[in-house]
Amino acid sequence: MKLIILENYSQASEWAAKYIRNRIVQFGPGPGRFFTLGLPTGLPRDHPESYHSFMWNNFFKHIDISAENVHILDGNAPDLQAECDAFEEKIKAAGGIELFVGGIGPDGHIAFNEPGSSLVSRTRVKTLAMDTILANARFFDGDLSKVPTMALTVGVGTVMDAREVMILITGAHKAFALYKAIEDGVNHMWTVSAFQQHPNTLFVCDEDATLELKVKTVKYFKGLMLVHNKLVEPLYSMKEMGAERSQSKKPYSD
Amino acid sequence: MPSNKSVSDAPIVQFTNCRILRDHQLQREDLWVREGKILNPEKLFFDEKGSADVQLDCRDSIIAPGFIDVQINGGFGVDFSLATDDFKSGIDLVSQKILSHGVTSFCPTLVTSPPSVYHQVLPQISVRNGGAHGAGILGAHLEGPFISKEKKGAHPEHCLRTFEAGAFQDLLVTYGSLDCVQIVTLAPEMRRSSEVIQELTKRGICVSLGHSVANLSQAEEAVQHGATFITHLFNAMLPFHHRDPGIVGLLTSDKIPAGRRVFYGMISDGIHTNPAALRIAHRAHPKGLVLVTDAIAGMGLAPGRHTLGQQVVEIDGLNTYIAGTKTLSGSVATMDTCVRHFQEATGCSVETALEAASLHPAQLLGIEHKKGTLDYDSDADFLMLNDSLYVQATYIAGEEVWRQDVLGM
Repeated sequence: MKLIILENYSQASEWAAKYIRNRIVQFGPGPGRFFTLGLPTGLPRDHPESYHSFMWNNFFKHIDISAENVHILDGNAPDLQAECDAFEEKIKAAGGIELFVGGIGPDGHIAFNEPGSSLVSRTRVKTLAMDTILANARFFDGDLSKVPTMALTVGVGTVMDAREVMILITGAHKAFALYKAIEDGVNHMWTVSAFQQHPNTLFVCDEDATLELKVKTVKYFKGLMLVHNKLVEPLYSMKEMGAERSQSKKPYSD
Repeated sequence: MPSNKSVSDAPIVQFTNCRILRDHQLQREDLWVREGKILNPEKLFFDEKGSADVQLDCRDSIIAPGFIDVQINGGFGVDFSLATDDFKSGIDLVSQKILSHGVTSFCPTLVTSPPSVYHQVLPQISVRNGGAHGAGILGAHLEGPFISKEKKGAHPEHCLRTFEAGAFQDLLVTYGSLDCVQIVTLAPEMRRSSEVIQELTKRGICVSLGHSVANLSQAEEAVQHGATFITHLFNAMLPFHHRDPGIVGLLTSDKIPAGRRVFYGMISDGIHTNPAALRIAHRAHPKGLVLVTDAIAGMGLAPGRHTLGQQVVEIDGLNTYIAGTKTLSGSVATMDTCVRHFQEATGCSVETALEAASLHPAQLLGIEHKKGTLDYDSDADFLMLNDSLYVQATYIAGEEVWRQDVLGM
């Protein structure tokens, strides 16, 4: 695991963005596919709080992605399980996930894999924990009855199949979850802890998120920042390289 | 890049690097247009998997809905109240010239005239969409002849009329036809005005109060019967009095029927109203303010003598008077000047100033679902302005119909 500790939310975001940029360049200008992890069911596609709206406003409209390359689980599909199975097939067909980017819930969940989710689960329909529903209430004017109670989500196993996993954790309210994820054992009550068994995991966090970690842990990884910052140095741009795939650069291994 | 469009093959244009006026705020968003309407890019992306065919860099301009002028008597030598042989080409000329002022829709206004003028002119005015040929025509605004003698302003006294004999029938006989009429200004203190107001409102015609000596209760009664507009507030009406505010009192009246709003036109050229009066009105009822030019034939021309219906007016700088008097008669202001002056005088936000010339007139006429905003599916009539609110380019139905020449000509 690489633990990257930045001072605050903006710096953590910037580091993560640069890392993703580098990884995209390294991946080469192939048919880069993009999958989004999880989607509450029951929300109409153009509801302002739907994942479609969220992804459009925060990502898609700012870049030149073609719509055919976007795969978001459809929470309004007639057969939800079939939708999930098809999603898994699409991932396989695209050659598997190269880099999975996700956050962590205060209860240590990855995607919507709430405490108690199987660590080998696949994409499926999941009921949401009360904690998550409460956390999401702020998007629905605090009205609990309006918050969806189920979600389609990639499973822990699905994410474990990715070649690299990057988890973004910012804020003091996530500190305990981060502690459980990396300093305690692998436990299905804190599903992010599953990534201790993944060969290539990257946690990017801000100072506040480290509040529950041992000082020793924090000092160790801060000491490695000199090495880790090399990961976000600008690479050759694809335009400069022409059509050549840059095969020489590999991600650092632990 | 070619896009997969399941709904339509029409080209999609994406205006980028701009700030658009949406939801009463300037937002840094792109504007998407297809088939003359504003397009919802999220729907395009997810439902049609489509993308833009053309991307235009707007160089950080402000994009606002096109201005709507509901009171304009003519311009560039053309007088809408004069029944000339080439009336049609006159209206075409004005509609084409005002594109450079940012006006994309307007109501050609006729001042008090003899019935013969109405009978000859009105059939030549037709509601039509705008385009490269000029701004769209929403319908005529008939200001008079059913107005008060005491407040006739620049209107010719011998043409004033009443409808106390036959009410609505009198009106119909005078005008001839109401087919393309959008607004009628009358004085509500006249006998049987309530019936007339009701009949006009029933026909979807907006009734405006003006050139009147009505007191507040008469004005309120008119509003209760359907009137929704005040023609050039403060001008040609009793001044505000603290024990009888008159028509001006409608701005804060509590007798307005629920769900209705009274709008009021203001000519913010710095001459018709003192900036302090403009500010009082704006602060009392900001959501009702509609900027109008009340421009006359001399607008756009050199100072000198011009006509306004049956009268001769003299233009001296920005002042326009009945020849030989100090009675104001219309203005030579342009809509964009009015917007700028309004913003300066009131210190209001850019958004407020722009909405007073676009959203509010559209709301007055009940057409805000397709004009006056940049909401999805409304008509793509919009302007590119710089930060000082000078119009750089005018678009109607998504097509550029005027652009500021770089040399400033």
